Amino acid sequence: MNLLWLAFTIVGVLTGVLLSAKAVDPNMMLHGMMFTLASILSAFALIARHYRNASAPSLASENGSVNYNTEILKAGVIASAFWGIAGFAVGLVIALQLAFPALNFDLPWTNFGRLRPLHTSAVIFAFGGNILIMTSFHVVQRTCRARLAGDIAPWFVFWGYQLFIVLAATGYLLGVTQSKEYAEPEWYVDIWLTLVWVVYLLVFLATLWRRQEKHIYVANWFYLAFIVTIAMLHVVNNLSVPVSFAGVKSYSLFAGVQSALTQWWYGHNAVGFFLTAGFLGIMYYYIPKRVNRPVYSYRLSIIHFWSLIFLYIWAGPHHLHYTALPDWAQTLGMTFSVMLWMPSWGGMINGLMTLSGAWDKLRTDPVVRFLVTSVAFYGMSTFEGPLMSIKAVNALSHYTDWTIGHVHSGALGWVAYISFGALYFMVPVLWKRKSLYSDALVNLHFWISTVGILLYITAMWVSGILQGLMWRAYDAFGFLEYSFSETVEAMHPFYVIRALGGLLFLIGALIMIYNLWRTARGDVREKEAGKLVPNLEYAGAR
Amino acid sequence: MSKEVEKDDVTGTETTGHEWDGIKELDTPMPRWWLWTMYGTIIWSIGYWIVMPAWPLVSSYTEGFLGYSSRGALEQELEEANEAQAGDRAALVTTELEDIKNNDQLYQFALRGGKSAFAVNCSQCHGSGAAGAPGFPNLNDDDWLWGGSVDQIYETIKYGIRSDHDDTRIGEMPAFLTNEMLDRSQINDVTEYVLSLSDTREDKEAVARGEVVFQENCASCHGENAKGNREFGAPNLTDAIWFYGKDKDVILRTISRGRNNVMPAWVDRLDDATIRQLALYVHSLGGGE
Amino acid sequence: MLKHKVVEKNSILMLVLVLIVVSIGGLIEIAPLFYLESTIEKVKGMRPYSPLELAGRDIYIREGCYNCHSQMVRPLRDESERYGHYSLAAESMYDHPFQWGSKRTGPDLARVGGRYSDEWHVTHMNNPRDVVPESVMPGYPFLAKTQLEISNITGNLETNSLVGVPYTEDMIANAELDLRIQVDPEADEIDAFMERYPKAQVRDFDGNPAMLSELDALIAYLQMMGTLVDFTSYDVDANKR
Ligand code: HEC
Ligand code: HEC
Ligand code: HEC
Ligand code: HEM
Ligand code: HEM
Ligand SMILES: [Ca+2]
Ligand SMILES: [Ca+2]
Ligand SMILES: [Cu+2]
Repeated sequence: MNLLWLAFTIVGVLTGVLLSAKAVDPNMMLHGMMFTLASILSAFALIARHYRNASAPSLASENGSVNYNTEILKAGVIASAFWGIAGFAVGLVIALQLAFPALNFDLPWTNFGRLRPLHTSAVIFAFGGNILIMTSFHVVQRTCRARLAGDIAPWFVFWGYQLFIVLAATGYLLGVTQSKEYAEPEWYVDIWLTLVWVVYLLVFLATLWRRQEKHIYVANWFYLAFIVTIAMLHVVNNLSVPVSFAGVKSYSLFAGVQSALTQWWYGHNAVGFFLTAGFLGIMYYYIPKRVNRPVYSYRLSIIHFWSLIFLYIWAGPHHLHYTALPDWAQTLGMTFSVMLWMPSWGGMINGLMTLSGAWDKLRTDPVVRFLVTSVAFYGMSTFEGPLMSIKAVNALSHYTDWTIGHVHSGALGWVAYISFGALYFMVPVLWKRKSLYSDALVNLHFWISTVGILLYITAMWVSGILQGLMWRAYDAFGFLEYSFSETVEAMHPFYVIRALGGLLFLIGALIMIYNLWRTARGDVREKEAGKLVPNLEYAGAR
Repeated sequence: MSKEVEKDDVTGTETTGHEWDGIKELDTPMPRWWLWTMYGTIIWSIGYWIVMPAWPLVSSYTEGFLGYSSRGALEQELEEANEAQAGDRAALVTTELEDIKNNDQLYQFALRGGKSAFAVNCSQCHGSGAAGAPGFPNLNDDDWLWGGSVDQIYETIKYGIRSDHDDTRIGEMPAFLTNEMLDRSQINDVTEYVLSLSDTREDKEAVARGEVVFQENCASCHGENAKGNREFGAPNLTDAIWFYGKDKDVILRTISRGRNNVMPAWVDRLDDATIRQLALYVHSLGGGE
Repeated sequence: MLKHKVVEKNSILMLVLVLIVVSIGGLIEIAPLFYLESTIEKVKGMRPYSPLELAGRDIYIREGCYNCHSQMVRPLRDESERYGHYSLAAESMYDHPFQWGSKRTGPDLARVGGRYSDEWHVTHMNNPRDVVPESVMPGYPFLAKTQLEISNITGNLETNSLVGVPYTEDMIANAELDLRIQVDPEADEIDAFMERYPKAQVRDFDGNPAMLSELDALIAYLQMMGTLVDFTSYDVDANKR
């Protein structure tokens, strides 16, 4: 097995060298070299590993319990935390740029147009993606009572994914982009991600095959749906023809209206499967685990799972209301989005009601507060989403900051909060600590970032609706009231408030990093000794 | 279903009998309100499909009973909006521009419309308050390149200046250095002279030399007294109102490399009523002659 | 509920079912766009981008202008009065990929062609606040200073033709030449160029005839935006869909 992987790294080195040697543009040369370097490092790591421990780790430990692969989870925690901070920081930078345009510095690699995709990819794919891979590897092991399949394969998924992030991010800064939102990486980075993703699917599936439980747990349904659907969306949406095999530039296979709907079929379901189904997988494990209560309703799980994944796919056209997309498709997008409301709320109900009988934990355990608030935000943004899908509403909201407010109530409130909850859960478990370093700091993080989110989304609601109303404002004689630049000017105070909200959110996350780092080191804040919520019960291996 | 049914102590609900890493599931029935709301959205959707364009077929799609289309709806809305303004618009086109001012109601209508069309189409160049920007003239002052009567302004807006329209206003500020008509020192002198017309200069000798250069090269357009000539759009250089800027560097650049800024023609983009509104509005801004 | 046990016990079955369930919606919505005749309006005037315009479009993509600008005027009253006629599907049929955008931090650009002068664009791209004090758009002073990369244009046209843009052999063979002469009104080959790309605008766009800069290409692209379709021959009633 080792040899096969080694052969892969050699192929990697050759490909990288070929790409950089034949490169028709400097960007491909750089990326070829980065690829070569990554392959060489992997080869060394494989060889070193070979000499360190010749035999593969056993599936079970000496006392008969499962020998879970936790090393990969630790790496995942560190990577998620790192990319989270990076993504929030870039978010803050672009928020400030919109308030104070001098911060673009008039340079190519620091202008808003290049940094915005850096932000969206960093938070969704780097932060969110690492969280999803890490938690799925944790959840699938624990709920199958089986060691993660593969020995090197999970590490390939992990490092391959980091390489994808670095190639994508450096590409954006250099202007390498396909301009497809949330799918900006160019063709060769897309191919690389496809490869990594297939291995990810195989590792996940093979772990399911090893399970010692008859039934597959509901969290894994969601993870599985997330992995396969993202694979399908990614491959189809990124179909394109490169100009040269050794150049970065490609032209998408689809054009105009077909390209638009394919893109938003992808884009909406990146929300539906990456930011929703995957994170529901997280919810279905970490909430019942943390509050130590059974999942509220098995039947609800079934119905909302299948209806959610079926309906989500149809909703893409709500990103294209009133465009040159034919009306019939817009109708389908709108109606399916409205039908999506209850299936989405099914997840919320199952998450929240799992607390019945344990509501006091909201008071006593600040980590539960993160998990539960995230579900509440999920409920809110999946109510707002169907509302915005109604054509009359979308006529106002589309193109405005309202969308940005909606995005961040989902992104900050739901995605980031449940991730924070999972991270607070994981670190003491993985580093085998009795508790977090400090619950008070978790609490502080919670309140600072909640204020940040509220500032962010209320500022965007106001500015979005204001913007929409100003664009269409008519005076008594029936003439347009405002110039475009007057609407830009009106946004300024809200952009400042939003940046302030972002700053608070970032500060909160930095507090979390500090707390997690001290936890991993084994410290306990003296003042809180004895009062901390113990984590041991979750770590207990069976 | 597993045989021994286990009950949850807290809720009294049955569990499904499975357990994963300590997690159990309750067999709670789906909330009624949840189910009924879902059915509600489905029924509403079906209704919507019946009345609106919805399902793609083999060579067409279901058009819906309401015969709605977003493009058709726009057409109707525009028609209604036009109808509301039709009387005033027609009057605008048939009345002499100068006479419109005497009809208070029509004039107010024109000013509002002009203000709006200005915000939408012109403010990007001439500024939100029409105060201009370097290279884009201020329309508030009483300094006109091409004439400040309503009719002249109307003409300017309609056909533009150095635009791609056949009837555009044309006038050129030549590039004296690029075209080797003057050398650098001459250009420096004439710049000193131009500056001296509205400001005191220290280098009196350069100013004197510059005056000679000016009379030989520039007076043909800007006039002997440098007060400008609207036939060519040559600006008045004595009034301290600068269109490209008051710094010496800027003026040096103007003379060396010439200037030929473009004002687009609006006749193909805006209808006549709107152009008339704009002319009246711009004329009212304070500097109208 | 009972039957669901089966799926819960078989990961492959679950995977296959998931794949089927998530394929349906996309197929029903996307496939008809490729075969329904009404999807793309029949209009006069659409042509592939000239090489210079295409190069400008690639810069537009590279700089991420789509993050702030839409290119899609919706059929709503205020938009048609602010920006002009609503956009047609036909107008982006050679856009691989589309640039409709999803956020209007800046105004729609679908019909910006001819609205401003080249000088305005030069000033604006250099520092937007020189002309629009309220603007939050970044400055792009480096575009005027960067020589346009020419060597890749033939390949770019070829690839576009591979994905379906009707570039003729003639157009591909003359790509480099066409790119150069669009900024040079004096060139001899202008007539042949205009025949290949009707309505193309030929001049030095960036105010610096000595250099074929990235800004030349970008402004050439902006100035053609929304100017191709001949709306006098557009049949409103035939294109409600
Ligand atoms: C592309 C930028 C641009 C836009 C848009 C524009 N203008 Fe102008 N305008 C100019 C420039 C440049 C000049 C001066 C031309 C010259 O050099 O003589 C000018 C000149 C004028 C003048 C003549 C000023 C004089 O002193 O004689 C009037 C009047 C005017 N514009 C009105 C308008 C109106 C009304 C609109 C909107 C419908 C408009 N402009 C849109 C650039 C623009
Ligand atoms: C062929 C006619 C012509 C000649 C000759 C000419 N100018 Fe001009 N000048 C113009 C025009 C037209 C403009 C306005 C340019 C514009 O609208 O963009 C102008 C503008 C200017 C300006 C800018 C004014 C401002 O408000 O920013 C200066 C300064 C100037 N000329 C100086 C001179 C000098 C000095 C000479 C001789 C060396 C000269 N011009 C010769 C036609 C001429
Ligand atoms: C941070 C957001 C942002 C980015 C990125 C951006 N713009 Fe803008 N753009 C604006 C804003 C805001 C305005 C309106 C104010 C103004 O005219 O500057 C605008 C206006 C414009 C206009 C004038 C449109 C009109 O009808 O008034 C053009 C043309 C334009 N931008 C082109 C571009 C191009 C080309 C790029 C990329 C190279 C770009 N913009 C990148 C925000 C942006
Ligand atoms: C410190 C925290 C954050 C700040 C300050 C921030 C700021 C911003 C800003 C300024 C934009 C651009 C908006 C515009 O173009 O008008 C943006 C876009 C976006 N952000 Fe964030 N962000 C933050 C966190 C996040 C997180 C955690 C996520 C996801 C998990 C996220 C996802 C997105 C997405 C998807 C968009 C694109 C929205 C669209 O295209 O409609 N952001 N963000
Ligand atoms: C029932 C669920 C949801 C529906 C029906 C829905 C609907 C919508 C609508 C109508 C838009 C605006 C499209 C436009 O006008 O351009 C939108 C944008 C967006 N939504 Fe949701 N939403 C839902 C849930 C969520 C959730 C949970 C998230 C999680 C983060 C999310 C993330 C986004 C993002 C990132 C965008 C911006 C896309 C872009 O323009 O770049 N949505 N959504
Ligand atoms: Ca891509
Ligand atoms: Ca040039
Ligand atoms: Cu969506």
